[in-house]
Amino acid sequence: MDDQTVLKKTPLHALHLSLGAKMVPFAGYEMPVQYPAGVLKEHLYTRTDAGLFDVSHMGQVVVKARSGTYADAARALESLVPVDILGLKEGRQRYGFFTDENGCILDDLMITNRGDHLFVVVNAACKDADVAHMKAHLSDCDVTLLEDRALLALQGPRAEAVLAEFWPDVVDMKFMDVCDASLHDAACIVSRSGYSGEDGFEISVPAENAEQIARALLEDLHCMPIGLGARDSLRLEAGLCLYGNDIDTTTSPIEASLEWAIQKARRPGGERAGGFPGARRILDELTNGTSRRRVGLKPEGKAPVRAHAKLFADSEGKTELGEVTSGTFGPSVEGPVAMGYVPAQYAEPGTQIFAEVRGKYLPMTVAKLPFITTTYKR
Amino acid sequence: MLKFTAEHEWLKLEDGVATVGITSHAAEQLGDLVFVELPEVGAELTKDGNAATVESVKAASDVYCPLDGEVAEINQAIVDDPSIVNSDPQGAGWFFKLKLKNASDANALLDEAAYKDLIA
Repeated sequence: MDDQTVLKKTPLHALHLSLGAKMVPFAGYEMPVQYPAGVLKEHLYTRTDAGLFDVSHMGQVVVKARSGTYADAARALESLVPVDILGLKEGRQRYGFFTDENGCILDDLMITNRGDHLFVVVNAACKDADVAHMKAHLSDCDVTLLEDRALLALQGPRAEAVLAEFWPDVVDMKFMDVCDASLHDAACIVSRSGYSGEDGFEISVPAENAEQIARALLEDLHCMPIGLGARDSLRLEAGLCLYGNDIDTTTSPIEASLEWAIQKARRPGGERAGGFPGARRILDELTNGTSRRRVGLKPEGKAPVRAHAKLFADSEGKTELGEVTSGTFGPSVEGPVAMGYVPAQYAEPGTQIFAEVRGKYLPMTVAKLPFITTTYKR
Repeated sequence: MLKFTAEHEWLKLEDGVATVGITSHAAEQLGDLVFVELPEVGAELTKDGNAATVESVKAASDVYCPLDGEVAEINQAIVDDPSIVNSDPQGAGWFFKLKLKNASDANALLDEAAYKDLIA
């Protein structure tokens, strides 16, 4: 990005500055990477108490069929996403991804049945392309990017208690439930979800109320602001993919070990098998497997092994296997954690491989994901 | 004698041996360190060559050698507990001791006032 590019600001920009955030460019936005507490403390706090994240840069999109029925919107989006959207109950949410003709991943997203329409949340860096993609292919739907809303993520074991101060009904929600809520008299959409591995919520709020609501949540003694730095280490410990690192247009969902997100109805033999871009490859891979897989990787020493480190079968760097796609120090694991792609015969947990770091070949073990015990309220 | 470099290292010079570390300013900029890799005792290092690596949760950074010399001693304590570098960067958080090839080379480095101007 050149210096001439004007970075966009979220509705919470002034709040971040007043909290002493270190701001960095991210996906065209000026975003807080950390606050004065620092990445390490912010990460650990989210796992013990509650952290508040500004994720307003992400795209919030309404997809509504012109017929006005949910089923028509769901069937339309199923033509782009290999997920059972028609079978999603009202007030429920599901993870999915847009696929391309090669059976690779254009973006990952969250999809909610909002009764008469779909509410989807997509990645910031992909949102313009995603909206154009949906507008081009969903000819019987209106696709609207909501520009006047902010998105807050409240994550951690105390998130429910923090939110219950404003909205007691939150205790009735389960993981992946979505409902309307009035917070400070603002019309919000609350989902019990997130990307930290912890119980928590994502709260869509009108832009003009965002700062007031964020400040009110932060007044709680058990809630502090968390930057993108800790968001990354939290999601990596939770084994969750970052689009652009772990998944992209060179990885299929099955290579990425995301087949759990493709329900029976869309699989071979299902009621609505296939019918999405790249279906031939993806259905074939569901049956026959893939030559490589995304796996968790636990370096044996203390050195973090970062993205793009090359992976080898041996300690001399003779047989290259693939590369690390995300890697950092996991504050809760108290050691380095990583994910990457390896040939299927190396994907079994416990397999020892090596990563090249500064000219050395460091041993690491293929590990089950997630690295931490998640606290989702099922 | 205390000297500094524009790469945010400090050197305490005594009898031709420099104790080297990173400045408080550098430690603050890096954030909480989670990993430190030091050179081996006996290694011959050259000015501006890689001497050590430090890593925060976010990223890895190189620490450059401020002068030519041989590593005489390393601070294993910061390898075992990198947080010492953050809590006491210009004291207990020292990195290594360098037996200088030419002790007079240190004269060309920044003094404390010049370094403070640099980071101001």
